[in-house]
Amino acid sequence: MELNREGLLNLYTTMSTIRHFEERGIPETGQRGMSASVHSSVGQEAVPAGVCAHLTNDDYIGSTHRGHGHCIAKGVDPKKMMAELFGRSTGPNKGKGGSMHIADMTKGMLGTNGVVAASIPLAVGAALTSKTKKLGRVAVAFFGDGAANQGVLHESMNLASVWKLPVIFCCENNGYAESTPFEYASSIAAISDRAAAYDMPGFNVDGMDVFAVYEAAALAIERARSGEGPSLLECKTYRYYGHTVFDNPLTYRSSEEEDYYKSRDPLKLFREKVIPEGSITEEELNNIDLACEQQMEEAVSYADNSPLPELNDLYTDVYDDYPLSMMKRGTNMSI
Amino acid sequence: MVEMIPTTGREILYREAINEALRQEMRADENVIIMGEEIAGGAGREHLGIVDAWGGPFRTTVGLIQEFGNERVLDTPLSEAGFIGAAIGASSTGLRVIAELMFVDFMGVCWDQLINNAAKMRYMFGGQVDVPFTMLTRIGAGFGSAAQHSASYYSLFSHMPGLKGVVPSDAYTAKGLLTAAIRDNDPVIYFEHKGLYTEPGLVPEDPYVLPLGKARTVRNGSDITLVGISKMTWVCTEAAKQLSEIGIEAEVIDLLSISPIDYDHIIESVKKTHAVVVVDEDTPVCSIASDICSRVAEEAFDYLDAPPSKVTAPHTPVPYSRILEDQYVPNVERVLSTVRSLFNGYR
Repeated sequence: MELNREGLLNLYTTMSTIRHFEERGIPETGQRGMSASVHSSVGQEAVPAGVCAHLTNDDYIGSTHRGHGHCIAKGVDPKKMMAELFGRSTGPNKGKGGSMHIADMTKGMLGTNGVVAASIPLAVGAALTSKTKKLGRVAVAFFGDGAANQGVLHESMNLASVWKLPVIFCCENNGYAESTPFEYASSIAAISDRAAAYDMPGFNVDGMDVFAVYEAAALAIERARSGEGPSLLECKTYRYYGHTVFDNPLTYRSSEEEDYYKSRDPLKLFREKVIPEGSITEEELNNIDLACEQQMEEAVSYADNSPLPELNDLYTDVYDDYPLSMMKRGTNMSI
Repeated sequence: MVEMIPTTGREILYREAINEALRQEMRADENVIIMGEEIAGGAGREHLGIVDAWGGPFRTTVGLIQEFGNERVLDTPLSEAGFIGAAIGASSTGLRVIAELMFVDFMGVCWDQLINNAAKMRYMFGGQVDVPFTMLTRIGAGFGSAAQHSASYYSLFSHMPGLKGVVPSDAYTAKGLLTAAIRDNDPVIYFEHKGLYTEPGLVPEDPYVLPLGKARTVRNGSDITLVGISKMTWVCTEAAKQLSEIGIEAEVIDLLSISPIDYDHIIESVKKTHAVVVVDEDTPVCSIASDICSRVAEEAFDYLDAPPSKVTAPHTPVPYSRILEDQYVPNVERVLSTVRSLFNGYR
């Protein structure tokens, strides 16, 4: 699928927005004392950008604990996301979810996730909805190399293949499940090879190269939309930071390795490819970066000026219909 | 006001009542689909003339595939984490999915989907999503099925905020509660008791809903309250008859719902009878029975003439050998001896 000028600028804007959100939002969240389970996706921007460029608001994605990039690429408002990270009531989840549960059903974003692999069957279910109701929508399940060893992924791939569901299993292999190297934890060198076991195509691409991701995702998504069933897309990528903000990754990997991947930074690779081609100037891309920086400034301000949840919100949204008194019966809670 | 005891209808079996509720709700709403292992059986062999080979492991889903087709009645591979997770995902995106977990003992393989996805999605997403998901499953010992096919683990589900659960005790409640569960916008776990499938009962032909979260009184009495859960309601009713012969009039409450638990109904009865025994086929530690006893003790202490008590299964897995299994399941004799000891010679 050929990218026009607008398409190129959109890809870069998505990646730059993710980069700026992470670089600004995560430390700001930490300064507000709420950073325990926030995971940066800096370095991995090409994957959500390249995949979600093919999706509309009606399509679905399920995401991971490292999911800010997926949210942004799927169209969730960064200002609302910032509010969610800050625990404010204006977040998409009213401050009840935080970084690991950001969801926006109006954008088909079925949630970032605190349990590794938990969102994979949800995406399969969304694809079942699409198929049953003949909606023509596809679902993408993002997951990491850690989740590749979870049983539910394998059950989900088998089920999706048996039922020919319009779902793409998109593995962001960043080389580490927390501190455990992929090559230690996986019996197989390429996760994409596991596709053969479920009779679906397996794509293996350079996840630092947004064009490679974009092209492979186009094939997988087209296959899903046309009713031919699921695919497995493995994107080899890298996270620049540790598992969480408290993790020093140099306790388990080398600075040479980090330098290598940073030399192949997805935004840098984009610039090196696109600027010499002449249709887009360096200045345009710099301006996108500046606009993203400004957008994050506004997002932080929006979040800081948003109201906190009411204390009574603790008890609501557990059910659609349930006696509210039951949430605290027997607890001796006063509010 | 819906009747909690049937006054009209015709006699059908518990399992037929389940089937009727499924059929009527699938007719009424095309967004309702059902999936599970062997719910039709022999899947994929339609070209050989094989359709509905099993009609469900206990024939509760028989005939559905003929009426609704294999796009709405889906036999699944044996992969509970995968298909129950998918059922929850589909339920949060516009379908109303019924999924069957063959025995509640199998919940271990899909527990993550139930407690981290189904139960928490609405809350952690800030109320953005309905999860109209019903999970049918089975409980009950007494069939020589041993430790992994016989448990009654509903208490574990009561413990989980975000889940609802019902324990129908007869054909009438089986249909009314299943209809309610399917129409509800929250995840509801529906516990069928294997020992009740062939029990006949009066069931109205038209669809009807019994309220989730409401217990019912099936026998009035003034001397003690017996609370039954699922099939244990029958044990309570029989015990009440025999107690009456020695001058003790027991009130029998059929719990029907394990989340929310209708504490108010029980406490109101205890305020009248001043004593309670909960009869529960689940194990005794951190159980619904222990929970009800603690709630009664906290909220009706001044009304009690005897300690809130329980008759439950022991804190063991379900055994195989008949002599041991018979000992495992609460029975009328244990209820009678418990009640007699509470009255301590006063009756």
